[in-house]
Formats: sequence, structure tokens, C-alpha cells
Amino acid sequence: MLKKIFSVKSLDILMVSFITIALYIALVSAPSEKVMGAVQRIFYFHVASAWIAFFAFFITFVFSILFLIKQDYRFDDIAESSAEIGILFCTIVLITGPIWARPIWGVWWTWDPRLTTTTILWFIYAGYIMLRKFIEEADKRAKFAAAIGIIGFIDVPIVFFSIRWWRTIHPNVVQKGGGGLHPDMLNAMLFAIFAFSLLYLAMMIKRVTIASLNRKIDSLGENHE
Amino acid sequence: MKYLSTVLAIINKDLLHELKSREIVVSMLLFSVLTVVVFSFIFEPGSEFKNEVAGGILWMSFVFAGILGLNKSMMSEITGGNFSALLLAPVDRSAIFFGKAASNFLFITLVEIFTIPLFMVLYNVNIFANGFMPAVIFVLGTYGFSILGTLFSIISVNTRTREVMLPLLLLPVIVPVILASVQALNVYILGHDPADADKWLKLLGSFDIIFTVVVFAVFDFIVED
Repeated sequence: MLKKIFSVKSLDILMVSFITIALYIALVSAPSEKVMGAVQRIFYFHVASAWIAFFAFFITFVFSILFLIKQDYRFDDIAESSAEIGILFCTIVLITGPIWARPIWGVWWTWDPRLTTTTILWFIYAGYIMLRKFIEEADKRAKFAAAIGIIGFIDVPIVFFSIRWWRTIHPNVVQKGGGGLHPDMLNAMLFAIFAFSLLYLAMMIKRVTIASLNRKIDSLGENHE
Repeated sequence: MKYLSTVLAIINKDLLHELKSREIVVSMLLFSVLTVVVFSFIFEPGSEFKNEVAGGILWMSFVFAGILGLNKSMMSEITGGNFSALLLAPVDRSAIFFGKAASNFLFITLVEIFTIPLFMVLYNVNIFANGFMPAVIFVLGTYGFSILGTLFSIISVNTRTREVMLPLLLLPVIVPVILASVQALNVYILGHDPADADKWLKLLGSFDIIFTVVVFAVFDFIVED
């Protein structure tokens, strides 16, 4: 037990220091973008959050399938935790995006495929989390949520392609500039992604622990009735 | 063969129930026509602009009325424990699901058959001016809507909020259906090259196939007790 607490603590310390370094790299040491200037620096955490959001929803998808097959509630804990953390990072993506877009594109929002898909994604998992809150029976909650976790994730690429086709019919006024990142910027981005992955891992460990404790409390309550 | 007869038995049951009560189709029909009428207030009567939004208005009225009908149809299954009794029957459970989905599909199609001519008169738009392909769009779109709508209505009636949950879960997931149906319909209403509608029809078809398979795969898992 003591060993477990110690290893969780050391992961936390590691995560906090990596996030701090990532902040330093993103805000200070990474080169300034010539045209966009300082606002471009939001890009590192924006991309890292987007990566974590998609990864988290993928984990929810995988563990929803595993739960339906194995009926092991630990898988449901993981699916639930990952969806919650995923929507947190998805929200960060949707907030940091417009902050960058306003000075660069001149508008807070545009119906670009990536933006629209991320918004739809946010709504799907907001529904997933709401659904969990509104079902009392543990087994129904887990099974129904798993169905949403699976269908929602399969739906995402279809949503993306449909919106991309839609936008090709009505050409986009503002197009994102070509790739070609400066190597220092690429490194800063990769480091931010790595730091955020640690953050995700640390949050997941805590959230899954809470979920399994909650499940224990619920089962204790049932035994007493 | 036994599978098909189960599906037909469920459809038969729902049709009989609907012929007696006339609750679902009549409330859906009134609601969809009302939506069409209310939407007409958003632009000048007789303006040319209306042709571009006609397809969207028509689909929105079906989506909203469909959600109303799905809730109603599933609520009547839940009251009295009818649905649990159906699941106890020694038949393939997915056959029960596809029976429910088929009767929902029939009800919504019936509403469309009445609403579309009325819509064409009220908006002075001939949807079928460029051939009868729009009928295929309605069939494919309604099927995709029914298949996921039926599954999500089973989920949502089991929540504390009941009816509220269905649109929250369903609308983001069926974005591809709405988008593809509206875009394909617009091609025909505006008299563009029918080849433009092909990819949307393919998208609708793929959506239908993918989610038929997915629902078929997960339904057994999520309803077993």
C-alpha cells in the first residue's frame, strides 16, 4: 500500500515538473512565429489537449467493448474516467482554439471540419456523462453507457468526412496555413504532448480509484438494505 | 426464417396497437406539420431563398417529430413492463430490436408521406421536379434515424430524465444523416447535377450499414440481465 502511494506520488511529481517544463518551452524557449507572434504559442497546449481528448475517447471506446464482453466493472470504471477526462481536454481545445482564431482568422469560430467535429464530439460525450448521472442501476448504467461509448466513437470519423464534404461544396474562406513546422516548434509540441500524456495518466489513476471506491460504497449500501 | 417471423410479429403488434390508439402517428404528424408552418416565419413568403432552406426545414421537422414519436413508442413499451416481457421471450433479442426499429421506421415514413405533399403546397417547392430520387434519400435517411433512434430511445426511457435524454444522445450522433440527407435533397430541389448527390447517398448507405451491424453486435449485450 505504502509502496503504491509512493509510486503514485512520484508520478504526480514527475507530471508536475514535466508540465512546468512544457509551459516554459511553449511560452519562452520556443521560437516566435514570424507572422502570428505570441498568440501562436497557445498552439502547443491546444494540440496536446486535442491529442489527449481523442486518445481518452479511444480508451473509452476500447474499454466499453471490453466491458460488454467481460462484464468486469473495472473496465467500466476506466471507460467512465477516460470519458470525463476526455471531455475536460476537449473543452480546453474548444476554448484555446477560438483564442487563437480571433486574431489570426478574424473570427472566433468557423465551421471548419476539425472544429465542427470536435464540437460534435464534445456533445456526444457530454451526453455520455449525463446518461451515467441519470441511471440509478449500476448494471444498466454501465451497459447503456458502453453502447454510447462504442457508437459515439465509431460515429466520429463519419461525422468528420460528412462535414469535410459539406465544406468542399461551400469553400472555406479561411484556410489553415500549410504544415512545415520549425524543428524547435515541433519539439516543443512533442514535449507538450508527452507532458500532457503524463497528466492524463496521473488523472486517470486518481479518477479510476475514485470510480472503484464509489462502486464499493454503492455495493455496501445495497447490502445493508 | 424464425428470425424474420419474430421481426414481423413485433411490427404486427405495433401496427395493431397504433391502429387502436393512433397516438404515435397522429402526434408526430401534427408536430411535423406544425414545425413546417412555424419555420415559414423565418423568411419572406415567396422569396427565392426558400428553395435553399426547404430541404433543411423538411428534415428538421422529421427529426423533431421523429424524436417525439420514438419517445412515445418506447414509453408505451415500458409502461406495464411490456418490453421486459418481450425480452423474456425465447427468441433472438436483436429480432425484437429490429422489429421495433422497423415499426418506428414505418411510423416516421407514414408521417413523411403526409407531410411532404403538404410541405410542397405550403412552400411552393416541388421536391420531385428532378426525378424520384428524393424518395430514396428519405428512405435511407429515415432508416438511419430509426435504427439509432430506437436504440437510444430504449436507453433514454431507462433514465431518470426519460424523454429529455433522447435528443441529447441522438442529435450529435445522427449529424451525418441530417447533413447527408439535407445536402442530397438540396441537389434535387435546386436542380443541380444529380451526380453531386451520389456521394451523399453513399454516405447515407454506409451509415445505415455500419450502424445496423454495430447495433446488431451490441444489442444482445446491453439488454441482458
